[in-house]
Amino acid sequence: MAALVIAEHDNRLIRSGTLNAVSAATKLGGEVHVLVAGHQCGAAAAAAKQIAGIAKVRVADAPQYKDGLAESLAALVVSIAKEYTHILTPATTFGKNFLPRVAALLDVAQISDVVAVENPDTFVRPIYAGNAMATVQSSDRIKVITVRTTAFDAAAASGGSATVEPVAPAADAAQSKMLGQELTKSERPELAGAKIVVSGGRGVGSAENFKLVGQLADKMGAALGASRAAVDAGFAPNDYQVGQTGKIVAPDLYVAVGISGAIQHLAGMKDSRVIVAINKDADAPIFQVADYGLVADLFQAVPELISELDKK
Amino acid sequence: MKILVAVKRVVDFNVKVRVKSDNSGVETANLKMSMNPFDEIAVEEAIKLKEAGSATEIVAVSMGPAACQETLRSAMAMGADRAILVQTDVELQPLAVAKLLHAILKKENPQLVILGKQAIDDDSNQTGQMLAALANLPQGTFASKVKLSGDGVEVTREIDGGLETVALKLPAIITTDLRLNTPRYVTLPNIMKAKKKPLETMTPESLGVDVKPRLKTLKVQEPPKRKPGAKVADVKELVAKLRSEAKVI
Repeated sequence: MAALVIAEHDNRLIRSGTLNAVSAATKLGGEVHVLVAGHQCGAAAAAAKQIAGIAKVRVADAPQYKDGLAESLAALVVSIAKEYTHILTPATTFGKNFLPRVAALLDVAQISDVVAVENPDTFVRPIYAGNAMATVQSSDRIKVITVRTTAFDAAAASGGSATVEPVAPAADAAQSKMLGQELTKSERPELAGAKIVVSGGRGVGSAENFKLVGQLADKMGAALGASRAAVDAGFAPNDYQVGQTGKIVAPDLYVAVGISGAIQHLAGMKDSRVIVAINKDADAPIFQVADYGLVADLFQAVPELISELDKK
Repeated sequence: MKILVAVKRVVDFNVKVRVKSDNSGVETANLKMSMNPFDEIAVEEAIKLKEAGSATEIVAVSMGPAACQETLRSAMAMGADRAILVQTDVELQPLAVAKLLHAILKKENPQLVILGKQAIDDDSNQTGQMLAALANLPQGTFASKVKLSGDGVEVTREIDGGLETVALKLPAIITTDLRLNTPRYVTLPNIMKAKKKPLETMTPESLGVDVKPRLKTLKVQEPPKRKPGAKVADVKELVAKLRSEAKVI
């Protein structure tokens, strides 16, 4: 029995979700291998070799893997899939995009967003925006799994000494082409791995006012998030979205500002260790999950909070 | 150009579901059902392409029990031209749905298939990608912008760090994200018109597809509950508690 984790990387650095997926893979009890598929991705492969707990890094270095396009990457994974009982990747937009293709080509089910490994064929995953947890058993020969990163501690990024072995590239699918990326530039920590997340909702009122939420995030060294309502209203970009259809976060501290707490939003943050809610509506559902609730006008409370945090 | 859109009947997004007391699943009897919100966005996008003169026909497809006809009528009230229901009472998992759609693709030969990126009941986010794989077609998932250009389509995708744009050869599979468009409301005259539009019924057997579930649900449970929290009187108390009690700042 061996598990293959497909690494998410930018050809230089391994992205953190990969470490959570490795951690889920080690719970299966067999050997864990990591596939680094990229172009001129030697640095990423060298970084993968350091991950604790893995036996082997397999590297496919070819132009068609430069951008992680689903068509080419899926074909590659399928070409080595038969050597494994489990194939895992983080449930990020990277993993969600290509892994179902792998499952379909292998004629097996995919188990999405796994939050717990019960045994090598039984897994727990949230359904209905996390309002229910389903325990599912797979009868397929190869289990294809996306891992909810917040549910598994990250494997150590160093201390490992895996062997490295090249993989022959599969035929280039050549069905799609990357035209370009517009990545959000920010000095703030990334939402997915941040220790503190400050999010704004519809109550913030405008994109201009949303800067105030940003100021609080900066004061706290936090990542900035938003509810779907705030994204829909154009206050914040979509990649800030926390919730059922956005990002799932579980920081030590989550501060919800002007967020009412729709079930779709709670799905994305209710596993945070400590939740603070600031809302002027005392009946807002967010207060039902908040450890500390402050019923107040955010336009007074947030500036006050920023200045209070300055005091030691 | 023909466009196929896939629509799923799900528990309405405003309804909070409850786990059945025997832990066999969630209680869905007598709940309000609606079209999956991402599928509404898919229908809207197809209609926009038709209104722009790029598409000539929109075929809506749904799968499941007879009640899915309502979902298809809604799609036709929005503007789809005709509908196909693959009727079955078997629990359909994403791989089975992708296989059924693939069978329909072979009959209909659309240039574009648009699906929601995920259904809000099982939250799988798989069907579009699986269909693309089975049909050996390119995919543009989590689309926030779709632009036809020559014999291809450019799809701007919502990714974790921002946006990226891919060029796909047609035919292609697209799955929708939230910002792609705002679905229109259906009007009463269009609901009446939709009743007269053709709706064809097929079965998994007639399409020659094995839809047997691959995943067995052993149990469904409530998620762990959070301890009830407390209100704080003011910002000072909040900061004090975060420092001394929660020790998170």
